[in-house]
Amino acid sequence: MSLPLALEISFAVVLLANAVWIVIAREVVAAVIIFVAYGLLLAIVWVRLAAPDVALTEAAIGGGVTGVLLLGAAARLRATEATAKPASVSTRLVAAAICVTTSCALAYVVGSLPDAAPTLAPAAMASLPETGLGNPVAGVLFVYRALDTLLEKAVLLLALVGVWSLAPDRLWGGTPELCAFPRRSSTLLLLAQLLPPVGILAGVYMFWVGAKLPGGAFQGGTILAAMWLLVVMTGLEDIPPTSRRWMRLLAIVGPAIFVVIGFAGFALANAFLAYPAGYAKPLIIVIEGTLTLSIAITLGLLAAGPPVRAQHQ
Amino acid sequence: MKLALQILTVLAVSGGCFLFLAGTIGLLRFPDTTTRLHALTKVDNLGLGLIVLGLLPTAGSPLLALKMIAIWLLVQLSGATVSQLIAQLVHEQEPRA
Repeated sequence: MSLPLALEISFAVVLLANAVWIVIAREVVAAVIIFVAYGLLLAIVWVRLAAPDVALTEAAIGGGVTGVLLLGAAARLRATEATAKPASVSTRLVAAAICVTTSCALAYVVGSLPDAAPTLAPAAMASLPETGLGNPVAGVLFVYRALDTLLEKAVLLLALVGVWSLAPDRLWGGTPELCAFPRRSSTLLLLAQLLPPVGILAGVYMFWVGAKLPGGAFQGGTILAAMWLLVVMTGLEDIPPTSRRWMRLLAIVGPAIFVVIGFAGFALANAFLAYPAGYAKPLIIVIEGTLTLSIAITLGLLAAGPPVRAQHQ
Repeated sequence: MKLALQILTVLAVSGGCFLFLAGTIGLLRFPDTTTRLHALTKVDNLGLGLIVLGLLPTAGSPLLALKMIAIWLLVQLSGATVSQLIAQLVHEQEPRA
């Protein structure tokens, strides 16, 4: 057995073991921590599969933001967890049956794929120079399948509205609180003072380099969101009330500019979300830049959760 | 010169891997949280440091080399912070003598 193959098999085994561990872990917080480790391992696997763009997203979202979201959920559940009744045997059996069916269906589909998978990759690479982009993933996201990317951002905003809607009426527009992290620590304070300049630089760099190399708006925006959450977590800055006009504008500016440029495509390039010849790259940079800011603020607010304190009158 | 750099790469990366192994064994075998943290910090600081040092001659460009050093420094910062946070938690929880 060759060394790379042994490495790949051990990755697969460790990933599966991690997944099983998440399911059987007794405590929710422990399961979340294993889930974060699982996300980071999965990122390494994506690198091994030569998909660094996916790896960056998995590390930032799967290992980072989702971890914060789940820790927040675990903290909110803690009060009810001890008294919660375990699911009945029949519920468990139904859940197990659904899981087994889904797994078998997925295994069947993967097993029945043709050996030479149909691919559009050569065609995508052939017309990439016309867009002026160097990263084929950015080409797919903002040129070939721009509609998918636009809808994805709309979903993110809808999710934020959904989270805010969990608050009772009187708290609408109030201030969220990161209840998962009540501890104020001087060590964390030092990190929150040292890291953000580096993190903001890394986030902006990741968006900027995304046109040419692996990176992009989502990865960059996630790093910016992480920096904001770190500062908020340590109490250096308060979370602004969700009624703040500038914050809401920041959350929608990226998708809004995306839509405007998309409609301008009707007039200038004869199709929705088409770019006039020669202007593709600058327009994509504008879209990606504003999307980075919108993604950062939206992810940060999603992690912060629904408002829990009423707005000051 | 080239040979000397290659020898440095092999020696430093091997040393780094050894520290990773030792740190992992320490994490699994040491009796309590603070000594386990002690084992982990050796991996972060020295183990990763040696691997980065060994890979520097193979980086190809100074910018790439700087990025690797930046990664090492960032891992040190986060490792030190997390170790401190865990240690504080342990310190608060252990019964006062």
